[in-house]
Amino acid sequence: MTGLDPLADVGGGAQPLLDVKGLTKHFPIGGGLFAARKLVRAVDDVSFAVGKGETVGIVGESGCGKSTTARLLMHLMPRNAGDILFDGQLVGADFSLRELRRGMQMVFQDSYASLNPRLTIEDSIAFGPKVHGVADADARGLARDLLTKVGLRPEVFANRYPHEVSGGQRQRVNIARALALKPRLVILDEAVSALDKSVEAQVLNLLTDLKREFGLTYLFISHDLNVVRYISDRVLVMYLGQVVELGPVDAVYDGPVHPYTRALLAAMPAMDPDARTQVPPISGDPPNPIDPPSGCRFHTRCPFVEEICAKTVPPLAPVDAHGHGAACLMAVPGSGHSRAPAAGAAA
Amino acid sequence: MTAVGDAALQAAPVHKARGYWTTVVRRLARDPVSMVCAAILLLILLATLFAPYLHLADPYQGSMIRRLRPIGTPGYPLGTDELGRDMLSRLIYGGRLSLLIGILPVILAFGIGTTLGLVAGYVGGKVNTAIMRTVDVFYAFPSVLLAIAISGVLGAGVVNSIVSLTVVFVPQITRVAESVTTGVRNLDFVDAARASGAGPITIMRVHMLGNVLGPIFVYATGLISVSMILASGLSFLGLGTKPPEPEWGLMLNTLRTAIYLNPGVAALPGVMIFAVSICFNMLSDGLRSAMDIRN
Repeated sequence: MTGLDPLADVGGGAQPLLDVKGLTKHFPIGGGLFAARKLVRAVDDVSFAVGKGETVGIVGESGCGKSTTARLLMHLMPRNAGDILFDGQLVGADFSLRELRRGMQMVFQDSYASLNPRLTIEDSIAFGPKVHGVADADARGLARDLLTKVGLRPEVFANRYPHEVSGGQRQRVNIARALALKPRLVILDEAVSALDKSVEAQVLNLLTDLKREFGLTYLFISHDLNVVRYISDRVLVMYLGQVVELGPVDAVYDGPVHPYTRALLAAMPAMDPDARTQVPPISGDPPNPIDPPSGCRFHTRCPFVEEICAKTVPPLAPVDAHGHGAACLMAVPGSGHSRAPAAGAAA
Repeated sequence: MTAVGDAALQAAPVHKARGYWTTVVRRLARDPVSMVCAAILLLILLATLFAPYLHLADPYQGSMIRRLRPIGTPGYPLGTDELGRDMLSRLIYGGRLSLLIGILPVILAFGIGTTLGLVAGYVGGKVNTAIMRTVDVFYAFPSVLLAIAISGVLGAGVVNSIVSLTVVFVPQITRVAESVTTGVRNLDFVDAARASGAGPITIMRVHMLGNVLGPIFVYATGLISVSMILASGLSFLGLGTKPPEPEWGLMLNTLRTAIYLNPGVAALPGVMIFAVSICFNMLSDGLRSAMDIRN
């Protein structure tokens, strides 16, 4: 395939491809002549790492800051605080934003809005490589190759406009467009959420195949717990702009520690009609992120709430030695919560 | 890598390569109303361009004994005006100035206004505030008053009226361009283009322009009729064209005294202005639906 060469590996296999530290985004709202300016704490001190070749899922309710996190990572909006290290390098210091854009690409949820209606599919895919200096003919060749890779015959689809193809096919085009810059990391922001189940399965299989073929790393953002379990190696649970639990996908799904994760998993419809959920595991909407609850942000909806929860912000504490961690006082030894293990006890 | 996909569409016939503008023109050609309007405009344009070769009567040669002849008089197919000059000849020669003053300010304002609106809408923030508030200052004056004021300062003449009309239309087009751009700017494909590392100028050229040009163009073509009427007003006040120069607006004004004596002839310049503006409006409507390739 002609076109760009992928960015070179810098830190070796042990260094995380993406290392996020203290990522914070506050949106100011209102703030008229007389009204006080308020802040929406969309993403608040989020830290995590994504290893090379890994797929990390991010789950959470609507409005928990998943998509904002994705846009912050892509540098599509300025952040208030935090460092984003790509393969150990800092954008601006070690390499340019333009280079980062080659290393990191994103697939958006709305397959239609994310394609320019005035450009043919081929032009849309070839745009990125052309920006990075690939000749027109080569970029078009690359676009056609990529269409084949995502399962679309170029002679049928290359010259069509986005409105002339189905939703599933459009999302394949978006995936091809993201891959055209030979990225090392692809952020999939609800990329399969708008597709119907059969098409969703096809696209998920395609993503798995492409990951193997191109040696990709995925950050997979979704509200669909089953899909995240299927595709992810590790999972990150977000609530009101914060990480409440993270760890290997099986550890989190089989042994959730944080009450929010437990409620989220319990809300999944069971396949067995005898095991159907009778009582809603969690009720109400998440609190307003403009004025989030003090202490643990989940304490207003938590069944195990105690006085201490409204006062102390729980740190993300390790649950086991394999990277499973949760931000709940019940998991912190000697935190003062009655269910917490005694101080000094092994985690 | 297995090819998974909708079998039916995979087997669809090979799609012919066709550019966006080719598609638009083909769609426009299938609309009879647009084609009729385009034909009328083309006819008027060609007639005014090749007027010297049409063996017309001298548009300046008057005759005191042949004043205000009705339409259909032998030798004067469209009658004569209040000074006995041939109306057909004057209408055709008059079209030269009228079309120039009607179209040129709109074209100039379209270029300037679209650029300003695109930059204001895409960059946003302080740049947007600076451009849009400046534009609002001009917008606050009624367009007739503004045109008269600028023409008055610059002095009479065709070039000065074109300049003053351009200044009148720039704020209006900028506003439309800015609001359309702001709408398109928030769509995901612009973010996707930014994520691919493209600079703002490339994004505006490749991704924004094609999506905002349609509505601005439709709005601008609607201004051509306004421009022609404003230009005639300037001429009437002695700030634009001067008699005996033929110009539709000016002719309409000078013939208004004859409206009771010979209404048919007196209305002719107005009919021309009306025909040209309605044709531009219909054509721009047709173009807008042809550009909306989603249907």
